[in-house]
Amino acid sequence: MRRISRWAAISAVLLLALVAAACGSNSDKSSANASSSGSSSSSSAPGKDSKAVGFIFVGPKDDFGYNQAAYQGAMAVKAAFPNLKVLTAENVPENDDATRVMEGMIAKGAKIIFATSYNHLDPAMKVAAAHPDVAVVQQGNFIKGTVPANAGTYFGTVYEPVYLAGIVAGKQTKTNKLGYVYAYPIPQTVANIDAFELGAQSVNPKAETYTINTSNWCDPAKQEEAAKSLLAQGVDVLTQHQDCTATITKAAEAAGAMVVGYHADASTLAPKGWIAGSEWDWSALYKDIVQTALDGKFTGSKYNANFRSGLKDGLNPFVQSKYGPSVTQDTKDLVAKAKTDISTSGSPFKGPVMSQDGKTLIADGTVPDYATIESTIVVFVKGVVGEMPKSS
Amino acid sequence: MTGAVRGGTSILYCAMGESVSETAGVVNLGTEGSMLVGALAAYAITANTHNPWIGALAGASAGAALAFVHAFFVLNRKANQLATGLVVLFLGLGLTSLFGAAYVARTVNSFKTWKVPLLSHIPWIGQIFFQHDPLTYLTFLLVPATWFVLQRTGVGLLVRGAGERSEVLSTYGHNVLRVQYLAVVIGGFLAGLGGAQLSTAYANAWFENMTQGRGFVAVAVVIFAARKPLAAMGGSYLFGAALALSPALQVRGWHINQFALDSLPYLAIIVVLILLGKKRAAEAPEGLQKVFEMSIAT
Repeated sequence: MRRISRWAAISAVLLLALVAAACGSNSDKSSANASSSGSSSSSSAPGKDSKAVGFIFVGPKDDFGYNQAAYQGAMAVKAAFPNLKVLTAENVPENDDATRVMEGMIAKGAKIIFATSYNHLDPAMKVAAAHPDVAVVQQGNFIKGTVPANAGTYFGTVYEPVYLAGIVAGKQTKTNKLGYVYAYPIPQTVANIDAFELGAQSVNPKAETYTINTSNWCDPAKQEEAAKSLLAQGVDVLTQHQDCTATITKAAEAAGAMVVGYHADASTLAPKGWIAGSEWDWSALYKDIVQTALDGKFTGSKYNANFRSGLKDGLNPFVQSKYGPSVTQDTKDLVAKAKTDISTSGSPFKGPVMSQDGKTLIADGTVPDYATIESTIVVFVKGVVGEMPKSS
Repeated sequence: MTGAVRGGTSILYCAMGESVSETAGVVNLGTEGSMLVGALAAYAITANTHNPWIGALAGASAGAALAFVHAFFVLNRKANQLATGLVVLFLGLGLTSLFGAAYVARTVNSFKTWKVPLLSHIPWIGQIFFQHDPLTYLTFLLVPATWFVLQRTGVGLLVRGAGERSEVLSTYGHNVLRVQYLAVVIGGFLAGLGGAQLSTAYANAWFENMTQGRGFVAVAVVIFAARKPLAAMGGSYLFGAALALSPALQVRGWHINQFALDSLPYLAIIVVLILLGKKRAAEAPEGLQKVFEMSIAT
């Protein structure tokens, strides 16, 4: 018996080794092909005539949030370009594993790569440097210094719809206390929290936003605890910047509080408490980036930079979710007015904007551009309660 | 403090299960995996039957089934316990990502908080211990029961014997394998219940890898508590408190380094393990000492 099982084990190992060897030689061949074709067309523009497009996601494609929205964008690309192979990889960590996954996609013929998580930037830049003929775009981060000819970042001005949702929250709150559960104090999140508070202040000077960070993009138990703490402090509107959003949404509904959504329309989880929210729609932007690269026009295009799209150019991939049943027409009109304002001449961060400790961030009357906002709105504004965790 | 009990209960279930398993001489690092499959099975079955009790039972059974896999490899095949545990964990992680996707967006009829009449009105204590979900109350019985069974009954003696000196058991005609199987499977059963508490009573949601290392914490707690149920209860609540403390402090405007606070329980475990390591090593069942390759004076 023992002998038999040992032979079985040995043959199983041999079989595995054979399979692995077969796979290995296969991929060797395809990567050799890819590199040879790469060198022959090295003079061509990044992404031109690509046979495939690669997308990497940091989380699962069905998280009811950030990654799901990005995945849906990838599927929109697939539908729009039937001749392109769309390669996707979920749960790609934000480290050198990401480099390997992207290299694998390039070996399969992808010359256009979307790295969709904030800290995928470093691996993405490595890949871009190694493959001048591949267009690498990253979602949400910011390339400092010179942008390589085959790279770029893109994002929506997420804080615009968040500001509009803040207006709704400021009008709806009875306790003047709003709650914000966030993961890490990255610039994007800080700008969101500030915009939310400023939106609320614009219609309710007494509104304050209480913040809790969870140091995790998706730990439902921590989220539940954070929500309970905020509710216990008298907060009656909860919102969040987390990758998975169901727990906090349900916690607000169960406590009879209101909830402002983020990433996706979760109004079905809180039929009573849902008041407003913001959600992603990447399809138009993804398709345009792919088309630009396929045409060989990536270098020098608006995507070969830190591209930011907002209400002003009408391409913002972050849009308002639907209103909840308790939101009055008056409030909706206020939001509509603010939206028109931002689309034409305004900004959620139109001065004066003061920081928590009373410093002037944006001077009175100034309408900052997107780059200014990304560099100045990195601290909490007045009216936000809580301190960012420091890593030192 | 209420948060300590609320957040610690899922860990406590796993810790009780692991206490039983380790007493019988089997370390199950797959506890995290049992917890995950328990969380998903409970959530999925509750979603389909609208009865959280049936869900909890399903979760416990799923946890037990995964522990059975661990038991098979380490007991029948004599595989390395620590390595097998990790493999079982990844099996659980993979299975739950595969089958869990459909349930991410589902809402279920979860366990409701039930305030114990009279007792819940006791100031302070009432709030901490008597305003919870039914699965939490169950642990108040489970902990003393685990202690009693392990320390004061014939079955407990067999379990301890299996972990301590299995040769003696076989000499007396007992089936050591059967006892160890039972202990490991019960361990998985309880870990599955812990997962069920997490998904259907606490967070009210299912997400991939939602246990976030709580099963590992439970294994650490058990080692640190030297398999004593009451001490393990304290350890579990310590982690629950750490979990609850950081948001509670933040919202009250206390400025403590968040990242340091998050790592506090793990630091505490490491320190305690270093301090008590030597002393506890000698007290551990001999079967366990073999697993960790501790030196045994012969």
